[in-house]
This record gives sequence, structure tokens and C-alpha cells, in this order.
Amino acid sequence: MSVTELWSIAPELWLAGLGLLVLIVDLFVPAGRKYLVGAIAAGGLLLALIPVSSMLAWDGRTVLAGSYTVDGFAVFFKIIALVSTALVILAAMDGIRSPFEGEFYALLVFSALGLVLMAASTDIILLALSIEFVSLTSYVLAGFLKANPKSNEAGLKYFLYGAAASATMFFGFSILYGLTGTTNLYDLATRLRGAPLPAVYLALAFMLAGFGFKIAMVPFHQWAPDVYEGAPTPVAAFLSVGSKAAGFAVLVRVFLVAVDPGRVDWTLLMAVLAAVTMTVGNLLALPQRNIKRMLAYSSISHAGFILIGLAAFRGDFGVPGLLIYLFGYLFTQLGAFFVAVLIGVQLGTDEIPDYAGLSRRAPVSAFLMAVFMLSLTGLPPTSVFVGKFYVLAAAIDNGLLWLAVVGILNSVISLYYYVGVIRAMYVMPAATERAVPEPAALQVALGLTGLGTIVIGLYPQPLIDLARNATLLLGL
Amino acid sequence: MLSLITFLPLAGGVLILFLPKTQNRLMKNVAMLFSAASFAVSVALVGMYRLGEGMQFQELYRWIPGIAINYHLGIDGLSLPLVVLTGLLSVLSLAYSWRIDHRLKEYLFLFLLLQTGMLGVFAALDFFLFYIFWEITLVPMYFLIAIWGGPRKEYAAIKFFLYTLIGSLAMLLAILILYFNASPRTFGVLELIRQQPLAGKPLLASLAFWGFFLSFAIKVPMWPFHTWLPDAHVEAPTAGSVILAGVLLKMGTYGFVRVSLPLLPEAFKQYAFFVAVLALLGIVYGALVAMAQTDLKKLVAYSSVNHMGYVMLGVAAAAGAVGDPSKAAAATTALNGAVFEMVAHGVITGALFLIVGVLYDYRAHTRGVDEFGGLGVRLPVYSGITMLAMLASLGLPGLMGFVAEFFIFVGSFGVFPYLTAVAVTGVVFSAAMFLWTIQRIFLGPLNERWTGLADMDLREKISLVPLAVLMVIFGIYPKPLLDVINAAMAVLAGGGR
Repeated sequence: MSVTELWSIAPELWLAGLGLLVLIVDLFVPAGRKYLVGAIAAGGLLLALIPVSSMLAWDGRTVLAGSYTVDGFAVFFKIIALVSTALVILAAMDGIRSPFEGEFYALLVFSALGLVLMAASTDIILLALSIEFVSLTSYVLAGFLKANPKSNEAGLKYFLYGAAASATMFFGFSILYGLTGTTNLYDLATRLRGAPLPAVYLALAFMLAGFGFKIAMVPFHQWAPDVYEGAPTPVAAFLSVGSKAAGFAVLVRVFLVAVDPGRVDWTLLMAVLAAVTMTVGNLLALPQRNIKRMLAYSSISHAGFILIGLAAFRGDFGVPGLLIYLFGYLFTQLGAFFVAVLIGVQLGTDEIPDYAGLSRRAPVSAFLMAVFMLSLTGLPPTSVFVGKFYVLAAAIDNGLLWLAVVGILNSVISLYYYVGVIRAMYVMPAATERAVPEPAALQVALGLTGLGTIVIGLYPQPLIDLARNATLLLGL
Repeated sequence: MLSLITFLPLAGGVLILFLPKTQNRLMKNVAMLFSAASFAVSVALVGMYRLGEGMQFQELYRWIPGIAINYHLGIDGLSLPLVVLTGLLSVLSLAYSWRIDHRLKEYLFLFLLLQTGMLGVFAALDFFLFYIFWEITLVPMYFLIAIWGGPRKEYAAIKFFLYTLIGSLAMLLAILILYFNASPRTFGVLELIRQQPLAGKPLLASLAFWGFFLSFAIKVPMWPFHTWLPDAHVEAPTAGSVILAGVLLKMGTYGFVRVSLPLLPEAFKQYAFFVAVLALLGIVYGALVAMAQTDLKKLVAYSSVNHMGYVMLGVAAAAGAVGDPSKAAAATTALNGAVFEMVAHGVITGALFLIVGVLYDYRAHTRGVDEFGGLGVRLPVYSGITMLAMLASLGLPGLMGFVAEFFIFVGSFGVFPYLTAVAVTGVVFSAAMFLWTIQRIFLGPLNERWTGLADMDLREKISLVPLAVLMVIFGIYPKPLLDVINAAMAVLAGGGR
């Protein structure tokens, strides 16, 4: 292995080392000061951004015998994985009360490593392994609060659903391998041209079940509300952003690289799935009173929106739109969950009516939450608006006007439940005027997500460049 | 200059966020200072405005070059009066809001944010920017209704928000259709008007037209999209109603004139008759329903539906005359009337909502028209101004409303003679409605309940007298305003582009 190859996987090596380091440091840090461990983990994740972003300028290259690639697309998702995990750790530093707090951070670091691997694998075996890696750490994280039955339920449910989804997906992989005799995505692409169509469709359907589970796409979404509700709130935030994004990375790479859309036309299927996912997620979000369940259903509907970008991948709006959406959504969704962390820890409740009067009890957090809710609705000038703008543009550019109409109808529906949160915070009278304490690390995390939401909304040009660059190297 | 006008209020709003919560007086002064400064600059702009030179004071910067989005502002004879009107009504509403103490900081911030949004809508010449400002106005209005509104405020607020959001998202799709059909792709309003990207593509042009139509028609609001308006107007605090009726409704008609007419002339011509019929329904329905109201605020709200119907009749007439040189003069007249009515309605209805507020907020605490009687004896100044505003609203010659309606009818008659003939009956109904209202409130024997009422105080006079003066001045001598409007409208209607 040459030095360049080694440097190409430097972020991955660094993350593996960081995870081990966090485990070791945890042994020597006394209980009560575990936030130091979190600080090391978050700092280490951010440090990994240095080698990652240095790879932005590279031409695409593969390492490890063609099974692992470093291209703009992978780098984009690595940035998403690192930033979101670091923010989640920052928010968790005041939120996780457990004797195993140090291990929590280590698990998150390892999850980040898994996400990075998912984004860059171009070999279905490596892909399968990295997906399983992320899944395993996520199962543990979801069930992390051992004393809490709901958390246990979340872990178990996630595990059962996840195992079934993975098995189905692997079956799809094995069909692909059986058809072509190769595990490399790019070789698959050429060899699948001669393969019998029914078998290819079957493989696609099976793989879609696995990817759909990761991105919480209807009809593979049922786990999300229960798991988000039971899991520690920072973990729910992580699942709704980090692993969702990585799931999209795999979905896009497999479908656009390995399966020639000219031969197997899956765009209509994607469009229908996008429409159904948006609508089902939204309608189920309407009656929710628990903020975590509401955000779970809303994250399902956003998965539908993001899928528009894949369904309308032709032209220069679709896949960049998907990337831009994910990046903007990262900040907004994390921010919303962080406010839920704050209220969950300080007031011990996840019910939306208990947010009453928050505008006076915690004015800054309430203001940011209002911004996040409006952003999730898709009102400008915010980051999710830019994403929605892009995917709707892609839909129209691809002649999918009906899908765009479904999209805007869903935006209107979603306004109702997002404004419900704002209404509670700003209109409903507070039960008490006592101020809610706002811990420092969480405030920093909240501030960063708020800043990301607004800045991307006002000046998306750098992000657009980044996303375009990422798709160029995908070979589209 | 335009950026200054647009963003001064927002700057004031952000500054207020950092002031201590207890300094009510200071916050009010800061709000007034920034709002008035923005208005003052816009008045100065009027002085520098050169008649007949089209788009002026343009500012053009690259913003998101990756998808050809620019920061582009500019005003012409259509937007200039509306920008000044926005500034004026904002300042007067702030003056009227002087007694608000409940959650003052948020109130002022939202109010100033709203002012920025409205000014931006009228000044923006790039669709992306236009859309952002358009949406920005929704959020503060939602809060103004939901926090400081009346008993059914939450219902009214969310209804307003949902209705207008459907419209604006439909507009977003229409904008995108235009964008993808332009070559080179652009969001620039002027550039798109020059390119006419949808000429010769009737299906797409229709789709885009209906997208814009939905958005603007909900905002105007045209019958049958008006149902959010009575709720929002009645529940909103007085200053909110003034802004809602005075400025936000104009965003819809402004959109029709600025976007639909020059950008999709064929499609608009094709559906002009239909739009005119809807406008007619709004005129008659609004006047009749207003007559049946006993709630003074609802009455004024429905009279808005009626008046905005006149505006839309004028616009539809101009659209119906597209491409027909023999009707170009009529079209110009109708458009002049429509834009004049926008301003007139802003001034008059703004005043009417303030008038309702004066009676309701701090005096009688009821708006039942039948509960008053003989107030003319007790409140001479108030009665005088109210009668002036109501007479102006019903179109008494010599006041501002008459000029507008006269032009609209004269112009529309040349295009849709029968519809216009029916529309004139709307004037009769609204005259009856307002005269009857005046009679019930101010004439007759004094209701003993109200013997203790005081006449208007200084603040209320400050917010109402300027509007009353404007009604008279532009009623007697409309030429300066008409000249400004006419220069822009002649281009729109005459060239057919």
C-alpha cells in the first residue's frame, strides 16, 4: 500500500484511532467530568474535517483494489457525517446522564466511521459491512438508557426491523453478484447490461428495502417514530440526520452507478415512492403531541422530499438538489432535536403542549426553534427552503410537475404541525414564568445549527458549488 | 437607496431585539425612528423620480450566480406609489400602536420585519428575491394576529397562513416553469419579460398563469378565495388590520400587474373574461355581504372584497385588451384606475380600520353597528373623519375613491361593457351600506350608554388626519399621482409586452 493510498484513507484511520482513544481516556476520567470525553470526541471529529476537506480538490480515485473510492460525492457525505456527529456529541454533553457516558461518545465516533465508510464504498461487500457496522452501533445507542423501558423497546425494535431489512438487502446484493460475478459497483454497471431484467428488478426491490429502512422511506418507515421516541434524544437526532444521509449516499450511488436508468427505468417508481413517503409522513405527523414522534414523522416526509432529487436526477438540479437538501436539513433537523434535548433534560417532558410560554422562559432557544420549524416548512430564507427549491426545480426540469404539486401540497400540510410548536411557544400562556436553564455546550450546538440554517438560506452559493462538484465526480 | 428603504426597518427591528425589555419608551422611539427614516427616504425618492423613464434606482448585484439569481431592486410608476404608501401606513400604524404594552419588544420587531418584507416585495425585480420577501411578510403577520389578536385569533392566524402559503407555493412552481423555459435561464423579472419564454407554449403558459393566479388571487383576495380575509381582519389588532388591508392585499393586485400582465399576456387575455367575472362576483358579493354585517370591522373587511374587485376588473379589462390596438387607450385607462384604486383603497381602508380601532380598542369595546347611535353629538372630530373616509370609500366625487372607480369603469367599459354595467351596481350597494352605517352610528338619538365617550386624542389624530388630507387632495387634484402611474401603465397596456 502506497503512501498516497494511506493518505486517502487517513480520515477513516483517524476516526478508528479516535474511537479507541475515547474508550481509553474514558477509563481515566472520573464520573461527573465525562463531558471531557465528549469534548475530545467532538474535537477529534472536527479535526478529521481537515484531511477530508483537503480531498475536495482531488480527482476521483479508488483505493484498496477498487473497493473504496475518494470522490467528491463521498467527501460531501463524509463532511455531513462528521459535522452531524460532532454536533450531536456537543448537544449530548449535558443531556446524557449515565455511568456509561464515555462509551456513548465512543459509540458515536464509531458510528461516524461507519457512515464515512458507507458513503465511500464502491464494493457491495464493503457496503454491506459498513451498513451493518452503523446498524450495530445504532442498535446499542438506541437502547442506551438501560433503566428506561422505552429505550429498551427502541433498541430491540430497531434491531429486529434492521436485521430483517439488512437480510433482504443482502439477498438483493447476492442476486446482483449471481448475475454478474462481480462485487464492484462499476463492474456491475457494465455487466448488468446483459442481465435478464426480471432478476435485476428483483434485486433492486430487495436492495430498496434495505436502503429504504435506513432513510425511513415509506413503506419501510414504521420503526422510526417508536425508535425516535424511546431512544435518547441525541441518538434520535443522529438517526434522523446522520444515518439517513448515509443511507441516501448508498441509495444514490447504487442506483445511479450500478443500475443504468436507461435500461431499468426506476424513475417513476422513485417518484411514486417520494410522493407516498411525503404524504404518509406528513399526515401521520399531524396528530402527534410528542415532539420526538412529530419530528420522526416529519423526517419521514422529508425523506420523501429528498427522494424527489433522485427521481428527477436528469439535468443539473436533481442530485445536487438532493445533496443541498440533505446538508441544509442537517442543521435544521439537528437544531429542532437539540431544543427537544434541552426541554427533555430541563423540564423532563417531550410533549408539545409543555412548550407553552417557552418564548419567555427560554427566549433564545424558542426563537431558534421557531426558525427551525419555519425552515422545515420550507419558508425562505432558510436552508431547507433552498433544498426544497432545488428539488422542486429538478422535478419541473424533469417534467414531473405532478410530483412538484404533491410536494407543495405537503409543504402546506406540514405548516400546520410545525406552526403548532410555534403556537405553543409563542401564543399559549406559560404554566410558570420560571426561566429554563440553557446549558453552555447545548447553546453552542444550537447556535451553530441556527447559524447554519440561516447562512445557507441567505447565501447558498458555496454549498451549490460543493454539491455540483460532488456530482460531477460521480460520473454523471 | 432602495436597499436603504427596504432594510432600515429590519435594522431597527434587530436593534430593538438587543434593547432591555423594560425600556418600553426607548423601544417605541427606535421603532418609530427607523420606520419613519425609511418612509422619509422613500419620499425623497419621489422627489428624485423622473417621469417616463421606466425602471429607476436599480440595484443589481450577483447573489447566487450558480443558478443565475441576482439581487435586483428597482421601482417604476407602479411600485413607487405603493412603496410610499407602505411607508406611510407603517409609520401611522406604529403611531397608533403607541399604547401597546403587551410583549412590546416582539410586537415592534415583527412589525418592522413586516415593513421590510412589504417594501421588498414592491422593490424586488428578481423572482427569487421577490419570493423571499413575499414569504417573509407571512410570518410576522401570523404572529401579529396570533398573539395580539381578538378572541378567535389562533384560528384566524393559521387560516391566513395556510391559505396564503398554498398560493405562494403555487407561485413558486410558476416561477420555476418560467425559469426552465427561459434561455439563458434567469429569474430576472425584466429579463423574463423581454424574453417572453412562454410565448407560443400555450399549455405551459396556462399552467404558469394559474400558478401565479392562485397566489395573487388568494392575496387580493378574489371571490371565492376571500374567506380568510374577514377572519384575519376581524381578529387582527388594529395596526395589523391596517397593514393587511392597506398593503398586503395590494401585493396580490401588484402581482397581477407586475407579473401576469406583462409576462403571460396571451394566457391572461385568454382567461381575462373569467377573471373579470370573478372580480364582478367579488364586487357584488362583497357589497351585499358588507351590508348585512353588524360588526363594524367585518363590514369594512367585506367592503375590501368589494373594492379589490374593482381593481381586478380594471386589471382584467387591460388583459382582455392585450394585442388589440383599438382598445389600448381603454386598457391604459382601466389600468390607471386599478393602480390608483390600490393606493386609494390603501389610504381609505387603512383609515377606516384605524377608525374602527379608535372606537373599539380604547372606548366602547364593542363593534356592533346597532349598539351606537347619535355619536355625532359626542364625538364631532371622530364623526367628521369617519364620514369623510366612508364617503371616500363609497366613491363620492371630489374624494380619492371616486377618481379611481371612475377611471376603472370608463376603461373597463371599452373592453367588457356588460360586466362593467353590472359592476356599477356595486357602487350603489356600497353607497347604501356606508350611508346606512353612518346613519346608525352617528345620527339619530344619542344612545345613553355612550355619553361618557371622549373624542379622539392627539395620537389618534396624528395617525388619521394625514390619511384624511390625502383623500381630499388626491380627490380634487389626482394629477401628480396619475402622471406617475400613467407613465408606467401606458408602457404595459400600449406595447402589449
